[in-house]
Amino acid sequence: MSVVAADLSRSKLRVGDVLRVGSLGLRTRRLRTGLSTLGVAIGIAAMVGVLGLSASSQEDLNSKIRALGTNLLEVQAGAGFGRGSGELPTTAVGMVSRIGPVTAVSSLTTVDTTVRRTDTISEGITSGISVFAADEGLLDTLHAQLVDGTWFNAATSTYPAVVLGVTAAEKLGVVDVADGLRVYIGDQWFAVIGILDHVAAAEGLDRAAIVGVAAAETYILGETIAPETIYVRTEDDAVDAVRGVLGATVNPATPEEVEVSRPSDALAAQEAASSAFTSLFLGLGAVALLVGGIGIANVMVIAVIERRTEIGLRRALGATRAHIRRQFLTEAILLAGAGGLVGVLLGAFVTWLYARSQDWAVVVPPVAIGGGLVAAVVIGAIAGIYPAGRAALLPPTEALRSN
Amino acid sequence: MTAALELIDVVKEYPGEPPIRALDGVSLRVDEGEMVAIVGPSGSGKSTLLHIIGTLDQPTSGIVRLAGVETSAMSDRNLSAVRSQLLGFVFQQFFLLDGMSALENVANGLLYSGIAPARRRAAAREALERVGLGHRLEHIPSKLSGGERQRVAMARAIINRPAIVLADEPTGNLDSKSGTSVMELITELHQEGRTIIIITHDRELAASLPRQVLVRDGKIESDDGAPAVATAGVS
Repeated sequence: MSVVAADLSRSKLRVGDVLRVGSLGLRTRRLRTGLSTLGVAIGIAAMVGVLGLSASSQEDLNSKIRALGTNLLEVQAGAGFGRGSGELPTTAVGMVSRIGPVTAVSSLTTVDTTVRRTDTISEGITSGISVFAADEGLLDTLHAQLVDGTWFNAATSTYPAVVLGVTAAEKLGVVDVADGLRVYIGDQWFAVIGILDHVAAAEGLDRAAIVGVAAAETYILGETIAPETIYVRTEDDAVDAVRGVLGATVNPATPEEVEVSRPSDALAAQEAASSAFTSLFLGLGAVALLVGGIGIANVMVIAVIERRTEIGLRRALGATRAHIRRQFLTEAILLAGAGGLVGVLLGAFVTWLYARSQDWAVVVPPVAIGGGLVAAVVIGAIAGIYPAGRAALLPPTEALRSN
Repeated sequence: MTAALELIDVVKEYPGEPPIRALDGVSLRVDEGEMVAIVGPSGSGKSTLLHIIGTLDQPTSGIVRLAGVETSAMSDRNLSAVRSQLLGFVFQQFFLLDGMSALENVANGLLYSGIAPARRRAAAREALERVGLGHRLEHIPSKLSGGERQRVAMARAIINRPAIVLADEPTGNLDSKSGTSVMELITELHQEGRTIIIITHDRELAASLPRQVLVRDGKIESDDGAPAVATAGVS
């Protein structure tokens, strides 16, 4: 029965047992666990939420830019004092279409009249719907889609036919083109031949009634229309080149009176502006995380003082200093890790909630989830170093002194 | 007989001005299968003796051997192994962990031995049945009576089949009835061949044990059991 030194094996604590022992304090003191994880949870939630919201809004802008296409250019006559008449020459569309890399071109012009459901409705009740005259090429140039019916062809663009924007159709009570409905524009009936889907490139078209340029000239205005805006779609690698020659092409006499813009640029600028706020809020989240980490260190120091006898008992049962250190370090990491998990879920939830309210796609970047959890664990480990070291250095006799 | 415990001229001094000599040249031998009471008034040095025998503290000088293993010059890490494998502790305040069942508390006696959880639990069940608590396996300590708690603690102390069970005032926190039943259990464990050392200030309790070692002012004042064997072992 006698045991010699060679028979003694070292004390060991299995990995599964480290987790079980390290989570004991958390399981037995739930309220304290909940409160002390809160700081880290808030910090991580703020960071994940900010990253998620910024990614979601960026994704939304990107999808808008994609829908728009970066190869779309918008040409308008310069308006204002000394900037000309605000009209483009009637030859402009034909001239632009002769530029080599231009793939599609169309004009869009406001027509000063009203659209009504019937001729008995007062002219004053427009439901906010504007009338535009457009070329056959507009649909292709703007990458617009129809919900129902057809777009103009060479024939229908000269007839009293109209295509309604999606909101306009709703206001006028037009659901199905097959019903053969007509609407009253100016003092002429126009047959509804199509309904446009939402147009990303020109939001105004949602509330528009669009007629062919020739039809507008014949049935509404009785005079030639000078284009107001010209949309130009180019080959992807020739955007800048086309942009450079557009002014002179559209209006050779006074090219400086022509304004050319690229709608996708405005969205890209919006994207850049929002990233400044992102870093500000990330910084605030980091501060919350730091405070949460300090809170965990505090709670752990108190726990070590409270649990002196437990530490002494464990030493008496054969725990080494390293085992005690590992137990309390694990506890701190689990505390912070739980906070991190709650924070990630909370941040993702906030992102989901806000993105949905804004009709954005929900994007929570994996780097935010992974980074949040790693940050929490690292904070926990740092917060646990000092308390765990104190626990490990407690002499077993000291720990059992209440005896 | 083989010695379960040998102390040779053990001195323990605590630093101070002047230094406090808690143990002053203690030599003691306890053989396997013995049951010994170490008795003395408070301040006699018996607690220090408990710490030294239990390897919870190291002597200033002298030699300590547990089951032939010299512990007096060991590293902290090796001492942990000694406590894990050669010793079983029973404390006056039981020191059970509140968050776990009786079974898990007993299984903790093997926690630092690296044995798989399922085997620890099986051994804990066996040990609890041995102390008559087979029907209290899943109870948490706060749902147990004092006497039952001390039985759980004793099951934890014997689960690793230690060379020595060290009991520090095992009945000190119990009423006389549970105290008696705990002492009966200790006696049974002794009769099964376990080596048991009880530290107590209670002379009446000590008198009921086969051998009494009286400690006073850091020295052994009297030892009524096997002194001949003890001196023979030392020389």
